Amino acid sequence: MSRVSLRHRLAERGIDRNLLLLLPAAVFVLTLFIYPFFYGVGLSFQPKRGGPLGAYREFFTDAYLRDTVWTTLRLSLPAALLNVLASVPIALRMRGRFRGRRLVTTILVVPITLGTVLTAQGLLNFLGPTGWFNRILMSVRIVDTPVSLTHNYWGVFLSLVITGFPFAFLLVLSYLSGIDPTLERAAATLGAGRWQRFRRITLPLLAPGLATTFCLTFVLAFSVFPSAVLVGDPSGTTRVISIAAYDAAYVKYDYALASAVAVVMGVVELVVIATVLGGRSLLYTGSTSGGKG
Amino acid sequence: MSGRRIVASPGAWLVWGAVVFFFVNLAGVIGSVVVSSFGTRWFDTWLPEGGWTTKWYSQAWDEFTLLPVLTVTLEVSLLVVGVSVLIGVPAAYVLARRSFPGRRLLYLLFLLPILMPPITYGIPLATVLYKYGFAGNLSGVVLANLVPSVPFVILTMTPFIEQIDPAIERAARMCGAGTTQVFLRILAPLLVPGILAASILVLVRTVGMFELTFLTAGPDSQTLVVALYYSMSAAGIRAQQSVDAMAVMYTSMMLVLLVVALRFVNPTQLVARVKEDVSE
Repeated sequence: MSRVSLRHRLAERGIDRNLLLLLPAAVFVLTLFIYPFFYGVGLSFQPKRGGPLGAYREFFTDAYLRDTVWTTLRLSLPAALLNVLASVPIALRMRGRFRGRRLVTTILVVPITLGTVLTAQGLLNFLGPTGWFNRILMSVRIVDTPVSLTHNYWGVFLSLVITGFPFAFLLVLSYLSGIDPTLERAAATLGAGRWQRFRRITLPLLAPGLATTFCLTFVLAFSVFPSAVLVGDPSGTTRVISIAAYDAAYVKYDYALASAVAVVMGVVELVVIATVLGGRSLLYTGSTSGGKG
Repeated sequence: MSGRRIVASPGAWLVWGAVVFFFVNLAGVIGSVVVSSFGTRWFDTWLPEGGWTTKWYSQAWDEFTLLPVLTVTLEVSLLVVGVSVLIGVPAAYVLARRSFPGRRLLYLLFLLPILMPPITYGIPLATVLYKYGFAGNLSGVVLANLVPSVPFVILTMTPFIEQIDPAIERAARMCGAGTTQVFLRILAPLLVPGILAASILVLVRTVGMFELTFLTAGPDSQTLVVALYYSMSAAGIRAQQSVDAMAVMYTSMMLVLLVVALRFVNPTQLVARVKEDVSE
């Protein structure tokens, strides 16, 4: 009898045999995500020399490694910011129904599926010194010598925009479509102009969504790897932190250092995300649909 | 419809101009790869010289041994899709229907692999997989790709299951169906569209996933993206055009998947349920 009543008591709190359905997924995440993560953290404190903090000391004293943090932020923050800010006015135009809306969104999804590798190859062909872009600029006499846009900062930046902008746009568009348009109409009947409606109604409701979008776009841009190698200048201006991690693991076979770099990378990313989301909690959160009546 | 204005405001012109500029450059980026892959020679001219050819495709096919690479890509993606659906859907069901202690924590746990950049957890993961002898072959690539895929299935399926009326399940239970029967005869048919959508998205993500495959693949277990990366970073040894040809094959494969995917999913609904403006 007592077994039955224990089962009853547990079931009342929501624990019963059906929860076993969660088991495979939980075991999976624990063994393939959490365990490797802590294994990596542990590894980063066991370098071959220099005591438990040796790998971190090596990272922060070697300018070639330390500067990768700054290089990565210098690429990913402006790219993510541009992607989000450019999405807002375009999404404002495109909400609601119009002919070809589905076509536009479909075309915008294409770059997401292209992936960074193909985008890199395309950028090398298109923006290179003999590519179409420089040919057009030179034939209309804007410049005399080809603009150098590949194998430097701008090549990587543009590849981040091409892959990141559509993603940011689709997110912003879906957040914007979730805002009840009657709210803005109510403001309009009360005499608010276009700018006032945006500033006082739409923007405050959209801001939390923008913060989330910024975080997700930033994560994409922060882990830039293939394009930084292929269209960038991987030993100089675009030596991002993931290249440093890869180098440590697969070129120098120093797994302690590689794990330390990965940990630093995760921490830097989480700091940025926490800052943005912490700012978000100061903003309005709640329903974006208008009440009835 | 009669109120549609032909003359747009300067702001509208600016916005549409930016969109068109983006699309033109996007077309240039993709177009230059396609044109180059069909051209015989292309150095300092607007278009390739010496006529059009498809020889780069057959050359790429032979040089990069694309048949095994495509087979591996297909095997990896199908295995990842199958396993992640099998693991993810039951978990999504419990998360959607039940409230129990630790639910939020578990949800956060499933969210983490999607939020972290693949390189940060990929390197420790690859180290662990190498330690136990999984990396460098197909099983390692599949295991690594499952890490973001299982949570992705869970996160896309949870809202989908939430919108199915629980009264249907209760009715089935009243008629004496057990959990297995409820799953197989009630939920499975209702879930098919959602599972299909999630599978196709996982498929697209896995075919395009570079970092994790790159970190765990051995010479016999490269997928198409990784092979493409290696052929690009070793440029100079082979003709640029055959790399372009390979890139075009990769793109067309992704495009086919994308078109199929878009038949089942509306892109703006991936992140939030969109309320269409019904009053217009």
